[in-house]
Amino acid sequence: MSSNVITVPVGQAEARPWVDELHQWVTTVDHKRLGILYIASALLFLVIGGVEALIIRIQLMHSHNNFVSPEVFNRMFTMHGTTMIFFVAMPVLFGFANYLVPLMIGARDMAFPRLNAFSFWLSFLGALLLYFSLVGGSGLYGAGNAPDVGWWSYAPLGARAFSPGHSSDYWTLSLLVSGFGSIGTAINIIATILCLRCPGMKLNRMPLLVWMNLVMAGMVLLAITPLSAAQIMLLIDRYLGGHFFDTQAGGSAVLWMHFFWIFGHPEVYVLIIPCFAFMSEIIPVFSRKPIFGYPVMVAATVCIAFVSMSVWAHHMFTIGMNSYANSFFTLTTMAVGVPTGIKIFNWIGTMWGGRIQFKTPMLFSIAFLFQFLIAGLTGIMMAASPFDWQLSLSYFVVAHFHYVIVGGILFALFGAFYYWYPKMTGRMLSERLGKWHFWLFLIGFHLTFDVMHIPGILGMPRRIYTYEPGRGWDTLNLIVSIGAFIQAIAILVFVANLIISYFKGADAGNDPWDAWTLEWSISSPPPAYNFATVPTVASRRPLWDEKHPEDPDSRYE
Amino acid sequence: MSATTAPLPNAAENWILPSRGKVAMAGLIIAESAIFTIFVVAYLFYLGKSTTGPTPREVLETPIFYTICLLSSSLTIHLAAKSLERDYIRLFLGLWLLTIALGGLFLYGTAQEWHRLIYEHGLTISTNLFGTTYYSLVGLHGFHVTAGLIMLLIVAVFALSGRVGVKQSGRIEVLSMYWHFVDAVWVVVFTVVYVLGR
Repeated sequence: MSSNVITVPVGQAEARPWVDELHQWVTTVDHKRLGILYIASALLFLVIGGVEALIIRIQLMHSHNNFVSPEVFNRMFTMHGTTMIFFVAMPVLFGFANYLVPLMIGARDMAFPRLNAFSFWLSFLGALLLYFSLVGGSGLYGAGNAPDVGWWSYAPLGARAFSPGHSSDYWTLSLLVSGFGSIGTAINIIATILCLRCPGMKLNRMPLLVWMNLVMAGMVLLAITPLSAAQIMLLIDRYLGGHFFDTQAGGSAVLWMHFFWIFGHPEVYVLIIPCFAFMSEIIPVFSRKPIFGYPVMVAATVCIAFVSMSVWAHHMFTIGMNSYANSFFTLTTMAVGVPTGIKIFNWIGTMWGGRIQFKTPMLFSIAFLFQFLIAGLTGIMMAASPFDWQLSLSYFVVAHFHYVIVGGILFALFGAFYYWYPKMTGRMLSERLGKWHFWLFLIGFHLTFDVMHIPGILGMPRRIYTYEPGRGWDTLNLIVSIGAFIQAIAILVFVANLIISYFKGADAGNDPWDAWTLEWSISSPPPAYNFATVPTVASRRPLWDEKHPEDPDSRYE
Repeated sequence: MSATTAPLPNAAENWILPSRGKVAMAGLIIAESAIFTIFVVAYLFYLGKSTTGPTPREVLETPIFYTICLLSSSLTIHLAAKSLERDYIRLFLGLWLLTIALGGLFLYGTAQEWHRLIYEHGLTISTNLFGTTYYSLVGLHGFHVTAGLIMLLIVAVFALSGRVGVKQSGRIEVLSMYWHFVDAVWVVVFTVVYVLGR
């Protein structure tokens, strides 16, 4: 390690009254604190969304169950989907981007710190608005009411006539407000990466995490905005008597579907690309090899971003598009598999011949590779429109996208938590609890989502609150529900690990993983100003160069 | 802390990166373009699908004069920014106020047109699909003109109190990017609503 040591200002270590501390967190514009705020709020909503998922699974445990009413069931799957995508996945990924991007490019903060804080509070306000619908959904009637139109809110279900009260309005406003927050953050990430890199940090020397977050932010600009536009239209319909999605006045329900999925499909890549970014940082470090095929990884990411903008209607094969549209969207969807496959081969190429260390972050990364591959394969299956006609709107689709979101995104995120928690807190997460967390979650995940494919193939539709006995769905659903509870226990282990390790974890030091990117060159947690003097870099692995002056990377690049 | 053996002697001096203001404004413009695209698509998709009248052909009149006003304001703001860069403060102030006047005139034109449509032809946002798409597309653009005018007015207040100089020319440049974008959107809206849409 470097001989340079940054002395932490004494004032930071002293205990302050909790009101002071709270005030500092609420008014902060520091990218690291905002990153942690994003992550903490996402964890809170992960628990809430998880409880909603458990309610769904208890209800479906056996046929003719009466755990919740059909109305409550509709609210649960709507809130679960909306919460998990907009108030868990997006904020937690933005949180990591916020925390890591400036550190990795040798900057002292984001390009616009106050815009950063504004964006966070907007998205948090969005989440509060969504949950306020439980109280305010029926206006002054006093009875609670949450949105129950599914996370797509398909027209004309979202219209005034079919969604009376204010629950849909809270849903719309919440997505609109948090969407503006996302756009602010995306602009901030782009400006930070393009304008605040430290000397020598050329574009082709940026860590892959930074590259992929740049692509992700670019996608947010183009993908979230159509949703915002569609929400504005829905508000015009609901409040000003407009006819955008009013079929009786000539409006089109299909147009809403197009607008929603023009957002909805790129959104999947907005979520998965930062997870590719985590993989591209974690796998090399624990394989003790530099990433295999850096330029190809960047090209594949940009390629995925482009192609994913033209695949949205594969969510709509069953609405009866003509065969040209079906063929087009089948082909583009299959084409996305090519750059994604390139990435998987590159990660395997990185591991090939490496001295792999099976620490918890690496375990989650390896599971990610397997599960994301399977998720991709079921995706390719359903890209074929005739196959999709058979299985669309069945539990097969539910199993497929949960395989992407849980098996891919969530596993990658857990890897990221175990990898960067020492940097954020200065303490190591317990490896023992980490292994428990990993294996429990892995077993629960496969029990739930492997098995969930089968009732889908047997014809079980999604979004039904119960089903008839004797269709061969009962045992399978019971297994799926048991798996869900095992996952919940694993999450509890994870939360316990986060809390216990914060107080009792081993001291992390600056660089516990012997890694190569700039964030590990400074203390853990980093001081408010990040870098005492702005670093200068000469290669893709600046910290390697510093640790091995006799054989620096810069010699070969 | 230096992170390398630093084989780049003058790296720090030769290290020039784009201005964050301009990059951020470019990002905002990309995002806004996507929003406008969706509204334009909705307008084109619903052309001729209204179940009742009035139709665009019956009621719309091409606002040539006000369009010229808005488009020429792009020129005046560009010249204003250039004069500020060269420290011609008075010229800057004059051109800036002219820009505001042209933008204001355009908004007045829109208001007049809407007044005519509402009171003479009974076309409101809830009348038919044409009303819904027309008012929301033109309204969204009008909203952006209004937001731009507010920002221009804030700068004008600062300029009149003598607080705008060469030092601020970078920021003025960023604001003028936004104004050019609003004008460019009008070219699209004009083409879609008044040329293709009739």
